[in-house]
Amino acid sequence: MAEERTIELNMGPQHPSTHGVLRVVLELDGETIVKARPVIGYLHTGIEKTMESKLYHKALPATDRMDYLAPMSNNLGYCLAVEKLMDIDVPEKVKWARVCLAELTRVNSHLVWLGTHAIDLGAMSMLLYTFRERELVVDIYEACGGQRMMTSYIRIGGLAHELPKDFDKKVRTLVKIIKERLNDYEKLLTNNEIFINRTKGVAVISAEEAIDYSLSGPMLRGSGVKHDLRKANPYSGYENFDFEVAVGRNGDAYDRYLVRLKEIREALRIAEQAVDGMPEGPYRAHVPGVVLPPKEDVLYKMESMIFHFKIITEGFKAPFGAVYQAIESPKGEIGFYISSDGSNKPHRVRVRPPSFINLAALPRLVEGRLFSDVVCAIGSIDIVLGEVDR
Amino acid sequence: MEEKVRNFLRTSFSDVIIREDDFRRQQSFYIKPEGLAPICAALLQNKELDVKFLADITSLDWLGHEEEKNGRFEVVYNLYSLSHHYRFFLKVRLPGDDPRVDTITHLWEGANWLEREIYDMMGIFFEGHPDMTKILTPDELEGFPLRKDFPLTWEQPQFSWNKDRPPEVIK
Repeated sequence: MAEERTIELNMGPQHPSTHGVLRVVLELDGETIVKARPVIGYLHTGIEKTMESKLYHKALPATDRMDYLAPMSNNLGYCLAVEKLMDIDVPEKVKWARVCLAELTRVNSHLVWLGTHAIDLGAMSMLLYTFRERELVVDIYEACGGQRMMTSYIRIGGLAHELPKDFDKKVRTLVKIIKERLNDYEKLLTNNEIFINRTKGVAVISAEEAIDYSLSGPMLRGSGVKHDLRKANPYSGYENFDFEVAVGRNGDAYDRYLVRLKEIREALRIAEQAVDGMPEGPYRAHVPGVVLPPKEDVLYKMESMIFHFKIITEGFKAPFGAVYQAIESPKGEIGFYISSDGSNKPHRVRVRPPSFINLAALPRLVEGRLFSDVVCAIGSIDIVLGEVDR
Repeated sequence: MEEKVRNFLRTSFSDVIIREDDFRRQQSFYIKPEGLAPICAALLQNKELDVKFLADITSLDWLGHEEEKNGRFEVVYNLYSLSHHYRFFLKVRLPGDDPRVDTITHLWEGANWLEREIYDMMGIFFEGHPDMTKILTPDELEGFPLRKDFPLTWEQPQFSWNKDRPPEVIK
């Protein structure tokens, strides 16, 4: 009789269902996973170190490049943190516009997640449908900031430009179309027997363990913990909006799917409320020396030009101290811990990366399960390797 | 809630608390390194405060700043109460040479990767950690990238070219 032993299998770093350059070393006994060890860092670009060497305004574009599927959320988190550090209050209109854009970003990120997760599990057509709808969101990004992915549209103290003229019309069309299409997705997946078999009871994590692993976002809510920073610690005026927090029950991949689907619906509701109630006003706070003056003033007004020049070349000096601002990004709690030493550059910018922390629970999700569940588990965590590795 | 946290720490752990800070209404406590693990364990036991969520651990390097006199490294523990929606920070100062602090992985599983990342990027050793290895940087990289004396453009496993001077500190 042959000797019984386990084999080690290398999954990734170049594997289509690892969503980037994630490598998982699996120890297999037959088809059962004995041990899983995620190996990360292939995309490490030292973003936190880079941000230390930039002025506060100039460090902003680095944030887009972490979670490139949710650029506006990252911008928002960083800007709120710097605004907290500098004690700046932004105009009401900016708050509402930011909420609207952050929710569109949630739609964007969840749609990409839905498409890629479904294609991992064999539902090929979903990817084409969700990317078709995502196009509507990136079109709005393009109209706002001129870029489709790395928007950098939300700036310290306000927005980069005035919102486009037909912004509300565009958002309303998008909400109408995606709301309808979501029903189609549900028809394709929610009661699909193959999809249910692949996701129900797979990658289960209980509420206590989810808290123990510091999970956040849909990973935490899928296990039945009703925690959403938009409700718990409202930022940017979320207390003015009417929405429900999606909560799962069983903590498996199927519940996380339901949670994310509901979050898309709620995000559309919030976006609609935001354009309905958008107040009039300036698109940037008036804080000379800290917030950049509006571009149209820079060309015609002497003081604005001087301030613009000074902020771009010297930046502004932040008070000594450290702040932390967390927001509910599509992936979970993204937080920016900015420590200032009193100079014009951040002393340290720490990003609390939701994907990184959620990915740490992967061994717990798959150990003792079948090999084919790994694909489902990785998909249901919803990682973006740009943010895991930074 | 702010008052409750203060009372809890002041009554049970007055000997390890150095000072309290509330910059921008964020409560944070500077504590002695040996007090960290006992405080976290006591917080987990306390039903009234209900601080069960370890949101984040991060680290700072104060090299060359006047703050360095209190210890070069700072480790920041970001704790959150899910029922009270309240966040506060525990901060630990560590010396410049051979910085070490006790792990809290036995209390929170989530601390595992966070501590590994700090070890990798800042070179702070967590005693009692089950797997104190690199996580983000390549195995052959020497030094700790987030320390202030690590040059910004210095590539060690070299992919392109090096513009900066070589880091003397690492040798």
